[in-house]
Amino acid sequence: MTLAIEALNVEKRYGALQALAGVSLAVAEGEFFGLLGPNGAGKTTLISIIAGLARASAGRVRVMGADVITDYRRARRMLGVVPQELVFDPFFTVRETLRIQSGYYGLRNNDPWIDEVIHHLDLGAIADANMRTLSGGMKRRVLVAQALVHRPPVIVLDEPTAGVDVELRQGLWQFIRRLNRDGHTIVLTTHYLEEAEELCDRIAMLKAGRVVALDSTRNLLETFSGLVLKLRLDRETLPEGLAAEVLSSEGGRFALRLSDHGALGQVLQRLREAGATIRELELEPPDLEEVFLRVMAKH
Amino acid sequence: MGGFPTLLYKELLRFWKVSVQTVAAPVLMALLYLIVFAYALEGRMRVYDQVSYAQFLVPGLVMMSVLQNSFANSSSSLIQSKITGNIVFMLLPPISYLEFFGAYVLASMIRGLVVGAGVLAVTVWFVELRVAAPFWVFAYALLGAAILGALGLIAGIWADKFDQIATIQNFVILPLTFLSGVFYSIRSLPEFWQKASHLNPFFYMIDGFRYGFFGISDVAPLASLAVVAVSFALLSAACLLLLRSGYKLRQ
Repeated sequence: MTLAIEALNVEKRYGALQALAGVSLAVAEGEFFGLLGPNGAGKTTLISIIAGLARASAGRVRVMGADVITDYRRARRMLGVVPQELVFDPFFTVRETLRIQSGYYGLRNNDPWIDEVIHHLDLGAIADANMRTLSGGMKRRVLVAQALVHRPPVIVLDEPTAGVDVELRQGLWQFIRRLNRDGHTIVLTTHYLEEAEELCDRIAMLKAGRVVALDSTRNLLETFSGLVLKLRLDRETLPEGLAAEVLSSEGGRFALRLSDHGALGQVLQRLREAGATIRELELEPPDLEEVFLRVMAKH
Repeated sequence: MGGFPTLLYKELLRFWKVSVQTVAAPVLMALLYLIVFAYALEGRMRVYDQVSYAQFLVPGLVMMSVLQNSFANSSSSLIQSKITGNIVFMLLPPISYLEFFGAYVLASMIRGLVVGAGVLAVTVWFVELRVAAPFWVFAYALLGAAILGALGLIAGIWADKFDQIATIQNFVILPLTFLSGVFYSIRSLPEFWQKASHLNPFFYMIDGFRYGFFGISDVAPLASLAVVAVSFALLSAACLLLLRSGYKLRQ
């Protein structure tokens, strides 16, 4: 099995700040991989090192088997990066931008593929407009297009949907999913955990420069998260001895965390014994946000 | 073929798209210098016997424009890319530091030479000029432009803000070009300042360039060329070391 990305004990220090404290992870070819963590956890630093934008203080990184330092030409050809910041060159039009980006990879006569990318990202109408004149969402799409001009097998997206409206976000994910189905490896960082939960096969969670969780999305959901039971009762206090952790309690509305479905019977029975009447009841399945918060709290 | 041709093309397209500002404005500036100084000083100053002051002035103005614009091109392009963040588009692809250096310096040279050619093209309408030794004209123009292109690249790598570039431009490049004998021959200076001028590398570029036009100069053209070539070699080496280390670009 080829690894799309392999990071071994990657460390990065900026003066006294330890941005990465020995990160190791492997992303298999064809995976949809999520890199999550709070601000300052080191996600962007790790991506920068993978992309050759920053140099690791220790450790090594390979992209499709190519070392990002010693074999940087091959490593960079294998990788497309959509940066987090909405950057653009104000001197050029969309098409010029894409042609120039192709040329940086030594690709001449790349117009058929550029046209295809323009078509898929719905940039046709603005292809000859100057980058300055585009809306934020359009600039974001051009960034995605720029990352794809050299048809990289591995695509890294650093918070691609930050500040992007719902419609565009849906379109973007549809497109990226298709790339993944076509065999591209996708590495994604995002603050929208529901997106990560829906899209990613596997997830690494970073905190303070360390990997604190690394597993398939399903396993993470099963291991860490229980169920959340939301209740409205005819009273403002809960009976004693419930097999649940109280998350919130306000004016007869309660949110309880249950470890599993078995605990639900116990809780309902206890309420009945206490003579409480249930006005509303809602059971929420585990979600990644819950997992994330618990993992972060644990480390 | 790597990314070099495209990076060069991008750098050329960048200044050409705003050529009113990057080419026309400096040409006009040089023309204004010529009109004002030649009018004010004609007849009062004679540097070489067979050369009028206006004739003396033109090569200096041409070279000054070449130098200043070569510096301006690489330094402003790189600092803009760093500040706006679009430098990532050049750092992500497999472009080697040699290609990066080559593209930025060559584009700077072309900008400087285009402006210099523009100054020459405009001033020949006012001043009659003959070229005595074209080889020296080209040699000094090319090397001078390359030196300032490399210097601009170093400044662009080092600087974090536009005002740092402006500071170098106003406090280093401008004084060194003005005091290099563009407007006068250093032989008209007191001895101390004559000696001081010999420490200014820009002096050799202007003096040697002028030799190409008149066949006379303050310093032997070959000696000046040696100074200029060594300056270029040293600056290029420094710049390449910075680029290879990733200083301020890949941190």
